[in-house]
Amino acid sequence: MGLENTLFESLPDVITVKLDAVVNWARKSSLWPATFGLACCAIEMMNTVSSRNDLSRFGAETFRASPRQADVMIVSGRVSRKMAPVLRRIYDQMPEPKWVISMGACATSGGVFDNYAIVQGVDKIVPVDVYVPGCPPRPEMLVHAIMMLQEKVMKESVKDRRDTYEEESRQSIVPGTLPVTEGTALEEKSKTATSRPYTIPSRHERRRSS
Amino acid sequence: MADTTVLLEYVEKLKAQNAAWVADFKDARGEVSVYVPREFVGDACRFLKFEQNFDMLADLCGTDRGPEEDPRFEVLYHLFSTTHHNRIRLKVLLSEDAPNVETVTSIWKTADWHERETYDMFGVIFDGHPDLRRILLPSDFDGHALRKDYPLRGYEPYSLS
Repeated sequence: MGLENTLFESLPDVITVKLDAVVNWARKSSLWPATFGLACCAIEMMNTVSSRNDLSRFGAETFRASPRQADVMIVSGRVSRKMAPVLRRIYDQMPEPKWVISMGACATSGGVFDNYAIVQGVDKIVPVDVYVPGCPPRPEMLVHAIMMLQEKVMKESVKDRRDTYEEESRQSIVPGTLPVTEGTALEEKSKTATSRPYTIPSRHERRRSS
Repeated sequence: MADTTVLLEYVEKLKAQNAAWVADFKDARGEVSVYVPREFVGDACRFLKFEQNFDMLADLCGTDRGPEEDPRFEVLYHLFSTTHHNRIRLKVLLSEDAPNVETVTSIWKTADWHERETYDMFGVIFDGHPDLRRILLPSDFDGHALRKDYPLRGYEPYSLS
């Protein structure tokens, strides 16, 4: 005695619908985030999924361990400069269509970590769809962000979601996130002397040369 | 205050081996720190490990006393013995122009990563280290982050802010 029985009797065999409407409806109803916790915001993210807040009411509870099965990347916490290339690789490995939620003050702007070690906003590495303020945001705020993302998905057109992958990948080289190269201390020193002309000397180095 | 007579005996033993090994020592808050000239670090460490049973290098770290100080850098060796349970600290003072000190990786294997970290953060060069490269900061990082004159946001254009 399910809904199917009633529908079967009342609806015709064939219905006409906008392609965008049905595709977007399917997409927004099963957003699969990538399992990706960076800092304390990840604790709130776990809470969002668990029984009290129950993100599965909105179809976004299936956290996938592989980025190749995920739609949404929730950047939950501060992104250190060493983590930045890893995060970008995870984003690149996610298939289209994909969305990014920047969760919390640190992921959005660096937060209180205004220093050399933390990327000042994850939008310098990946395109962000929804920003969530807070330190950390409450689970309700993350649920709200998911709902906002669902609204955004409904406004998209299938035609907009071609492969933007290659173009974005070309833009993904960020200073300070270059691939790891081999080298000992002395080699590194000689390298910095020649190949980094844009480096300003530190105070004691300037004092010594003058 | 803990009794340091046992620890001071080790200072005397070091002096008995070679008086030049101990430039100075401090006995404060129940801890004994020995200032060792940098050319004798390896010898003093070998003596303490193989003849006095300080078999564990609990920590190896650095300090920047500030760009106006000379000697500017300190390298600290925190030794511990798992047999007689004593702790002793060795200090080496290094000038900014030649921040080189002998590696102790051949004595305690654990010094490998500790020395890489000290190199990474302060720019202290450990002569004879098997693989002295950055360990915490990215490999293309510019400067040494825990030096007192390193700007908090890093150098341009490395800082993306």
